[in-house]
Amino acid sequence: MTEEIIIAGFGGQGVLSMGKILAYSGLVQGKEVSWIPSYGPEQRGGTANVTVILSDERISSPVLNTYDTAITLNQPSLDRFENLVKPGGTLIFDGNGLSKMPSRKDINIYQINATEYSIAHNVTKAMNMIILGGLLKVKPIIEVDNVLLGLKKTLPERHHHLLPMNEQAIKAGMELIQVFTV
Amino acid sequence: MKKDSEEIMLMKGNEAIAHAAIRCGCDGYFGYPITPQSEVMETLMELEPWNTTGMVVLQAESEVASINMVYGAAGCGKKAMTSSSSPGVSLMQEGISYMAGAELPGVIVNVMRGGPGLGTIQPSQADYFQAVKGGGHGDYKMPTLAPASVQEMADLTVLAFDLAFKYRTPTMLLADGIIGQMMEKVVLPPYQSRLTEDEIRVKCPWATLGKPHGKKPNYITSLELLSEDMENLNKRLQARYRILEKEEVRFEEIACEDADYVFVAFGISARVCQKAVEIARSEGIKAGLLRPITLYPFPVEKIKELSNRVKGFISVELSAGQMVEDVRLAVNGKVPVEFYGRMGGVVPSPNEAFNALKDKLIQ
Repeated sequence: MTEEIIIAGFGGQGVLSMGKILAYSGLVQGKEVSWIPSYGPEQRGGTANVTVILSDERISSPVLNTYDTAITLNQPSLDRFENLVKPGGTLIFDGNGLSKMPSRKDINIYQINATEYSIAHNVTKAMNMIILGGLLKVKPIIEVDNVLLGLKKTLPERHHHLLPMNEQAIKAGMELIQVFTV
Repeated sequence: MKKDSEEIMLMKGNEAIAHAAIRCGCDGYFGYPITPQSEVMETLMELEPWNTTGMVVLQAESEVASINMVYGAAGCGKKAMTSSSSPGVSLMQEGISYMAGAELPGVIVNVMRGGPGLGTIQPSQADYFQAVKGGGHGDYKMPTLAPASVQEMADLTVLAFDLAFKYRTPTMLLADGIIGQMMEKVVLPPYQSRLTEDEIRVKCPWATLGKPHGKKPNYITSLELLSEDMENLNKRLQARYRILEKEEVRFEEIACEDADYVFVAFGISARVCQKAVEIARSEGIKAGLLRPITLYPFPVEKIKELSNRVKGFISVELSAGQMVEDVRLAVNGKVPVEFYGRMGGVVPSPNEAFNALKDKLIQ
């Protein structure tokens, strides 16, 4: 099993940390992992993205041209990465503020309105965990228990009181995600 | 390498360098922040090794100061290092040449970014010439190690110190922005104690630790006004480089046994080419990868040997074509040697590397 994932959005949406949690979860589950952030100008306002690979085998290139799964949290990311999903792959997008919806017919597309939900329920800081929950629902690559362990490893101890809130956000995301029909 | 507790950790390449430095008994780190390697000093500051092993960590006022602090520490027989990225390493070239001339060991980490000039903060490999052809003045060579994974960032930091002290020479760890910034699994090297003053007296005969009665003083200098003496110093250095070239060549071969075409690449380019090899094999093309781990000394003999049985080489680099010159020298016209590269911080995808192989070598 090899799963090549790109997560993209605005800086501040928790894209890099979501990737990190995914990578740590993969580590807990005994997988080979790689995590590459965009560390360039994007990080300083604009779009940020992170490539995460989880695999049962040694990972050759951490740099990729196409992805099994793309997760996009804004319009520029959707525009760029929808086209880079492998045929038969998966696209998960947040519908917030989009003027142009995805249109490919050869991939599986899911919509998750995590931004809207997180504002309504006053959990904006856990928005990325809602998305992660959605991913785990449609692609159960990592067991939820291992994700929670991964989360614990990523969060500094002073934030550990936030773990239950994050767990709830993951569960909410699993409920929230739905198939998007082009 | 023997591992300590075999605990598998997940960290960035830059962080792995910091951990490895502390664990291998480094006495001092001197540096100045620059993207994409600032996590080296950040991690050291966070780990506070001065409270555990006694290692000094200091943010100097500039890169010029950093390399000269390494020079000073090495003159006392201390294991010292600095790290920077391309523009900062350019500033250090004078100090590196002086260290070579004064026969002082030290480790310089260059996590390369795109140039020339202040360039970009994105990954590059365009400092190959600077590292292996002598970025500073004079006839010196610098052992140059090219990590291609986070694990190697740790392992080669330890090896860099070993080579530096074995051959009394500045030694470079030449990484790129991606290897520095990416997170992968790593098992950190075991702890070694820092040398005591008594051990330094035995192991580092050049060290200036105060002159005991009746002993000749040690001079640390790269200046010899008598030409004959300067030539003798040069001869001594050259003799050492010949031993290095014989004893310390390191490389990794992937799928080269039956290969018709061989990628030559280091660092992140080697990882990209490894996938390109997989793509080629899936299309029935017998491709392989030769990954130099030491860029100096370069795996000349290995490439010579391969050139007797392959149809061609392609060097893939994040530059306008630098290492390819050394590949061509080693192949010496026997088979075609092509090049594919991207510049200014752009990293080619595995498909690009594969297409380059097809277009340039196979047609």
